[in-house]
Amino acid sequence: MIQLGLFYMAATITVVASLLAVTRYNASHALIYLIVSLLGSAIIFYVLGAPFAAVLEVLIYAGAIMVLFVFVIMMLNLGAAGVDNEHQWLQPRMWIIPSLLCLLLLAEILFLLNTSSHALSGTVVGPKVVGIELFGPYVLAVEIASMLLLAGLVGAYHLGRRYLLDMRGESL
Amino acid sequence: MEELTIFLVIYGTLLGAFGAAAVLVWFERRLLGFWQDRLGPNRVGPFGIGLALADVIKLLAKEDWVPPFSDRLVFIFAPTAVVITMLLGFAVVPYTEHLFIADLNIGLLFFLGMTSLAVYSVLLGGLGSHNKYALLGGLRSAAQMVSYEVFMGLSLMGVVMISGSFSLVDIVKTQAENGWFVISQFFGFIVFLMAGIAESHRLPFDLPEAEHELVAGFHTEYSGMKFGLFMLGEYLSLILISSMITTIFFGGWLGPSFLPDLVLDFVPPIIWFFAKTGTCICFFILLRAAIPRPRYDQLMSFGWKLLLPLTLVNLLITGAVLLWL
Repeated sequence: MIQLGLFYMAATITVVASLLAVTRYNASHALIYLIVSLLGSAIIFYVLGAPFAAVLEVLIYAGAIMVLFVFVIMMLNLGAAGVDNEHQWLQPRMWIIPSLLCLLLLAEILFLLNTSSHALSGTVVGPKVVGIELFGPYVLAVEIASMLLLAGLVGAYHLGRRYLLDMRGESL
Repeated sequence: MEELTIFLVIYGTLLGAFGAAAVLVWFERRLLGFWQDRLGPNRVGPFGIGLALADVIKLLAKEDWVPPFSDRLVFIFAPTAVVITMLLGFAVVPYTEHLFIADLNIGLLFFLGMTSLAVYSVLLGGLGSHNKYALLGGLRSAAQMVSYEVFMGLSLMGVVMISGSFSLVDIVKTQAENGWFVISQFFGFIVFLMAGIAESHRLPFDLPEAEHELVAGFHTEYSGMKFGLFMLGEYLSLILISSMITTIFFGGWLGPSFLPDLVLDFVPPIIWFFAKTGTCICFFILLRAAIPRPRYDQLMSFGWKLLLPLTLVNLLITGAVLLWL
């Protein structure tokens, strides 16, 4: 019962924070709401019995990726001009098509929830089980992800190197 | 009974952490004075210990000014983040085998998650202040903390591999059998120590607030208790990192095994824990007194070019030893 209450509380916070994140004009405020929504979904994961996924959500998304987002916002230093821009871009008629698409998805979810009867199983998936699954049946996905990251790393290294060369006045 | 114990531990931790942080303000200055051959604060009360209280009164009584050009929401939210996350981090610290708030099976990851969330305090403080120095300080801290988080997590994975668990109680229990991890995971310990200093942005790695180039970095615009919260957060993270080093690498509540059994039986485990943590805090303060602040690019290249390969080699060797020996 407590679990259910926690779930609905976290879910409400997540939904409200996500809505606020989309509708804010100020980019830094939107980011803060996005972080709150990620933390909310971490709690949902925890309540649903996936503590490992929950803590990774905090560690990777809220703790690392969002930090880089804030980093970029700081570099751009948008301020009042950015808010004005957002006012121009976020006009009410912009919402029509995304809202329609979202409503369709919502209808689909409601239909699925009505037809299937998957109750909350409540089994807790520990970190060890996740690790064994990841490096057992799903090892291919891990490998592909690592290749993608390596490609990103090589790309970033290349960009950084060229930038340094330009700074010293040398050419490639 | 069980619930009462947990209740007491929670409030004990809360009061203990706040009290220790307040006393540390005085203790640090006093120790620095001792090591630098000067007196340090010795005016208020016996040995100057009243300074802790005087400082709190000063911070509470100061004008708490929110600059009109700042982003009010972000500006006020920023200092609370570090205090909340650091206090949450204490939830997984095992003081003794039975005395802890929560023994999560993801305890270590929870601690890492909380330290990684603490960076928002500095980041949003720099962003919300709308001040160039604060912004630069925030930028530096973002890069520094995201980088050192990587080594911090990786340096602990050797310990996790040996003990086979993320639970801090299990990690200490493994050390009762295998000896302290500071010996078998020495490089992991070194890297964790450095990353710990960088994460709590203590001197010598306090580049986000380097006074001589950035005024006061991310907290340039802060005054009164908001500034106090930043300081509180810094001391809390110092205590948290110290207790984590104690738990993970120095056997937590276990006494040193070379001592005779008589001593080990006589001294309660919790005394060992606090003695080790206290020693660790003193070591951090000694570092502040002894080492000059590196340049920003030196800090980054030191991390990526030395610490990262070191942790990876350490992981490789640990894995190989576990697999084949």
